[in-house]
Amino acid sequence: MQPDKKQTSAEMAQVEKIIGLILQIGVLVSATIIGCGLLLLLFTGHSGYSGQNFPTHFDTIFQGLLQLKPFAIIMLGLFCLILTPVLRVAVSIYAFAKERDRLYVIITSAVLLILLFGMVLGYLDI
Amino acid sequence: MLQTILIILGIGILAGILGAILGIGGGIIVTPILTLGFGLDIKYAIGASVISVIATSSGATIAYIKDDLLNLRVAMFLEIATTVGAIVGALLVGIVQPNFLYVLFGGLLLFSSWNMYRKLRAGSEILHKTQPDPLAEKLRLNSSYYDKNTQQQVDYQVEHIPGGLSVMFGAGLASGMLGIGSGPFKVMAMDTVMKMPLKPSSATSNLMMGVTAAASATVYFFNGAILPQIAAPLAVGVLIGATLGTRIMQRLPAKWIRVIFVPLLLYIGGQMILKGFGVIA
Repeated sequence: MQPDKKQTSAEMAQVEKIIGLILQIGVLVSATIIGCGLLLLLFTGHSGYSGQNFPTHFDTIFQGLLQLKPFAIIMLGLFCLILTPVLRVAVSIYAFAKERDRLYVIITSAVLLILLFGMVLGYLDI
Repeated sequence: MLQTILIILGIGILAGILGAILGIGGGIIVTPILTLGFGLDIKYAIGASVISVIATSSGATIAYIKDDLLNLRVAMFLEIATTVGAIVGALLVGIVQPNFLYVLFGGLLLFSSWNMYRKLRAGSEILHKTQPDPLAEKLRLNSSYYDKNTQQQVDYQVEHIPGGLSVMFGAGLASGMLGIGSGPFKVMAMDTVMKMPLKPSSATSNLMMGVTAAASATVYFFNGAILPQIAAPLAVGVLIGATLGTRIMQRLPAKWIRVIFVPLLLYIGGQMILKGFGVIA
């Protein structure tokens, strides 16, 4: 029982390390994209859109990205930032699965599903 | 334009530092500054605030990744209630009057200042001794943490799970409607209702804020409430601030910061309520 438990805690420490790295990458990627968009906005002095307009949907954001429009880059970065807590929930499912905790794999998956449901609601603009 | 961006970046750094130190998320600071200081429509202020809450939570999360203060089971179990509440709240924004939002938000600030004053008066943390709660046992919510201050391993139990879930639903509703992390409500649900010690309560609340905000953030993102020229410098500032804040917190006594914050929250809260009732423009 004892060596088995030790092995598990070493394994869990490894899992925590991986989770930490994944989350750090997620936050850094979002911050970098937002930062690039902001710098481009300052250098060009133009948002890439007329008046107060900015893209809020994937199609317009990706069109803007192809033309390197600052506001499109910023919106992509902000969307990535919104995804970082979703990433946190997703990697937690992985952590509970590694612990063989079925109850919390189910509970955490439910949270992820509710989150995704909220996203779809927002996307459909209800 | 550069000047505005730099000012908002500065506000973000300030909100991130204070949010991470106080464990309440940056929304409570950002929304009043943007509406009262910049005259921004509350709809856009809330959108910016949601971004700052997520940035505070994610910034602090990566700084405290190996912290055993965090109770991931409690967080995920209660998150079911807060995420559902947040979605309902975000959907109600278009239906409910903005004046009502001002009063609600002001009331929330007053509540927070009272909560902080209470914590200040309480002084050191008291561990509640409770009978093992059958539901808590079944859900394996009881845990332990290492207190760096007293250098002791503290075992703790939680109780009143349905009550905690109800308060969390309300916290989620407030998050969705006002674009705040509603950290004080979350800490209250765990600390006061569920009798979880304060330290793990705040750490768990910090993680939960980001997840709750993300549930409603997509609604704001797609309906155009998140203005890029405001949210971008704010997000960058808050991420920098939250990273700094988690470092500063370890050196500064929280009590000292709360002393400054109680009157500040009272002032801003009172002003927002007056605005909501149309007493001031």
